[in-house]
Amino acid sequence: MRTIVRAACLSLLIIATARAIDTEPPLPDPVQQERYEALIHELRCLQCRSQTLADSEVSLAADLRREVRRLIAEGKTDAEVKSFLTARYGDYVLFRPPLNERTWILWVAPGLMVLVGGLIAWRVVRHRTKLVPSDAEEIDAGDSQS
Amino acid sequence: MTAELGQIALILALCLTIAQAVFGLVGAARGWDNWMAVVRPATVGQAGFVVLAFLLLASAFLANDFSVQYVAMNSNSQLPTLYRVAAVWGAHEGSMLLWATILALWSCAVALLSRSLPLAFASRVLAVLGIISAGILLFILLTSNPFIRLVPAPFDGNDLNPLLQDPALAMHPPILYTGYVGFAVAFAFACAAMIEGRLDQAWARWTRPWTTVAWLFLTIGITLGSWWAYYELGWGGWWMWDPVENASFMPWLAGTALIHSLAVTEKRGLFRSWTLLLALFAFSLSLLGTFLVRSGIIVSVHAFASDPLRGVFILGLLALFILGALTLYAWRAGQLRSSAGFELWSRESFLLFNNILLVIAASLILLGTLYPLLLALMKLGTISVGPPYFQLVFLIPVIPLVTLLIVGMHAAWKRARLAPVKRRLVSIALAGVIAAVLLSLTFGGRPRTLVFVGLALAVAAMLSALSVPFDHLRRRVTIPRGVLGMSVAHFGVGLFTLGATVASAYQVERDVSLGMGQSANVAGYDFRLTDLRSVEGPNYAAREADVVITDAGGRVVTVLHPQKRVYRVQQQPMTEAGINVSWRRDLFVALGEDLGNGVWSLRLQYKPLIRYLWLGSLCMALGGLIAATDRRYRIALARERVDTDTVAERA
Amino acid sequence: MKARFLIPALAVAVLFGFFWYALKGGDYDPQLIDSPLIGRPAPDISTVTLADAGRPLTSKQFLGKPFVVNFWGTWCVGCREEHPEFLAIAKETDVPIVGIDWKDDHPAAVAWLGQLGNPYDAVGVDDDGKIAIDWGVYGAPETFLVSAAGEVIHKHVGPMTVEAWRKDFVPRLAPGGGK
Repeated sequence: MRTIVRAACLSLLIIATARAIDTEPPLPDPVQQERYEALIHELRCLQCRSQTLADSEVSLAADLRREVRRLIAEGKTDAEVKSFLTARYGDYVLFRPPLNERTWILWVAPGLMVLVGGLIAWRVVRHRTKLVPSDAEEIDAGDSQS
Repeated sequence: MTAELGQIALILALCLTIAQAVFGLVGAARGWDNWMAVVRPATVGQAGFVVLAFLLLASAFLANDFSVQYVAMNSNSQLPTLYRVAAVWGAHEGSMLLWATILALWSCAVALLSRSLPLAFASRVLAVLGIISAGILLFILLTSNPFIRLVPAPFDGNDLNPLLQDPALAMHPPILYTGYVGFAVAFAFACAAMIEGRLDQAWARWTRPWTTVAWLFLTIGITLGSWWAYYELGWGGWWMWDPVENASFMPWLAGTALIHSLAVTEKRGLFRSWTLLLALFAFSLSLLGTFLVRSGIIVSVHAFASDPLRGVFILGLLALFILGALTLYAWRAGQLRSSAGFELWSRESFLLFNNILLVIAASLILLGTLYPLLLALMKLGTISVGPPYFQLVFLIPVIPLVTLLIVGMHAAWKRARLAPVKRRLVSIALAGVIAAVLLSLTFGGRPRTLVFVGLALAVAAMLSALSVPFDHLRRRVTIPRGVLGMSVAHFGVGLFTLGATVASAYQVERDVSLGMGQSANVAGYDFRLTDLRSVEGPNYAAREADVVITDAGGRVVTVLHPQKRVYRVQQQPMTEAGINVSWRRDLFVALGEDLGNGVWSLRLQYKPLIRYLWLGSLCMALGGLIAATDRRYRIALARERVDTDTVAERA
Repeated sequence: MKARFLIPALAVAVLFGFFWYALKGGDYDPQLIDSPLIGRPAPDISTVTLADAGRPLTSKQFLGKPFVVNFWGTWCVGCREEHPEFLAIAKETDVPIVGIDWKDDHPAAVAWLGQLGNPYDAVGVDDDGKIAIDWGVYGAPETFLVSAAGEVIHKHVGPMTVEAWRKDFVPRLAPGGGK
């Protein structure tokens, strides 16, 4: 079954690429339309998993886009639209992982790594700077040899 | 007979790789010259057999021999000849054979071009390569044999996946593999050094050109993949942060860090531990990529058909090679201290920061790629980590990286005096800001800090890179190729950043429904559908449209011919987008669906400066090529040739 | 050999341990998405029956006792595969099986059931896909078990089998439900 779905998605990936997916008219409010377009680029198509809702042409994606559009037109915020979808499909549907007790590592990691990296850099530089007076090696001053 | 001969060739190659490994390691350990003398011929021999096997498989494809199961699964009598060859690496078994072939060719190159290396060391390098080759050949023979027969043979084959029937994508795997399989050479050099217990500046000088050449091929390979995705997949994206793409990008980042770290080790004998680890990790990440793509544990459209048995085997190989190498590292790392020093402002310092930032970037991508898997294994549910995360997180190390690049290029070794270059740097910074302002105004829209920063950094990087050779010209000093290569490559980084920033920030995409004669406007260009007809290709039938594009002044820019193809055998529809290229922008038209009554849906795109990102990458690769052919490597090569000539004379 | 130099090797070994477990250990299936509905009240179903567009079909009609909801369509290959299994399951149990015909052609669906047999106690239609979305369906066939308390207690993705019924569904039925 899975191979069939995968094959279908692969072929749909091929068609889908050409697509002009959204044949619906844009939302009347341009701000809402912009939010809609941004959102569908951040949501995963549940059937053709490598694609966003914006790019997938399967009918499930069309239905989900329709729901997203409806919710935005009803005045829901982006967070509310996302929680509508995660209540049904889980966090998997969000390409941008949420910040919660399971995913905090993902969001803390960049800052943490930069901190650790900075620490390492500081220690190495401090160590090496101390060695300069005792390091008799003469480097050609004008040498920009890489 | 072809298939059987191919299989025999692989078995013979396996035997020779084992000889290569055993004779190399034992001979070097014992100092037995006659054992070590076997290694080079064994290497060349196994390469010959692997290449033979590859050619035999290719000939099966060219002859349309559908009694070979792999050929039947991936080819068809209507398939054009070029793609019959490309089909050799179109699926798992054949692409593993390509992997093995490229590894064999790299090993052969090392065997033939390493006469200036001490015999024991060269033997150990080749021995390590032999161990890796043996592992891969065993994997092929035991789990992924492309030579299996299909009885009874079908009348015709399944045809090659239409996505792969494209010149750029046909070339993508060989070039990509030349790149990340090529990191095995650096890995082997590193292992040999650890076995010997000696890692010095000479070692770095030997390792550098091999690593740079592998790196430049990987750069080209990734660029090809990105360019192909853009024009073939129709939605105008060029990087999707798909797990398999990340699997090729991480070795690239590690490789970039490696070539920079090698520079420090070669020049000053510093960072030996770093360089060693990077050499190990670059190839390890390549192997990890191979594992992720073929084991089935990650969901991706790129992934090959999975089989847990294959996954287990590759994991076993990974464990053997990587844990083995890291154990060697643990054994030797304590002996790698050096007492050289450098100031805070020095080239070493900049390269240290460069290393750290690139490792952070690679680590963040690794974390993001593996995190969903790890959570799912711990039964903590399923999440997705996609482009919004990667794009954001990748910028964190990369923005400082590009900034440091601008300054670091002008820093001297050990003790950099920034005063002489201060004025230049200030004018470069100023020029960058001005350029950013001008570009932002040209493209309009809301001012965005990130975009502004990207533009300024890009232009500053390009100017900074150009100023180095300019300086040499001004002082009438010949520029060493190493320096020229660096300048060209860093210019490429700036160019890439410019293209990526502008294309991402200012692109316009519209989905429209057009009937005959109707038009839509995108970014000031008018797209009019003027004709629709049927065309026949060698193995497909297509609907082709004519779309006339006129600019704001009413002048016709071009007529594009996007197609919607259906490949006859697999009945798969495919798009061929119509793209108009210029130095300023791409205009992009893709056919969607026939909506009836002569109305079609189309996706229209305006992509400013998008070509620059691939041009930038190619510049990086070019820079690598220039640097790898630096005088000091050519001297070593020439000395080798003289030696062999002298030997030949005496003989 | 200083211990700290072993850190890279150890970190990699741990990672490989995860990979090994993914391949051999548990029941890791990269294609499966966890359902957030498990343990929560079942989403309301409010539609009409397949056979008679005038007759309403709602989940309220089945609440109070365990029941099964199965999303299917004539266009779905896996559904064709599982159909005979469902016929067998229907014979084995009293638990109501509600079919939801997802984005399908009604006459074709009626003919399909007529031709192949009808294991369902009731069949509703979901023409716009809203019911499927509410239930977090991403690929037919999918089968849900709703408890007597009205909570979704199990989800089966892919073609249903008698074996899966006996192994995963029956034990979860309240005492007295099923045979």
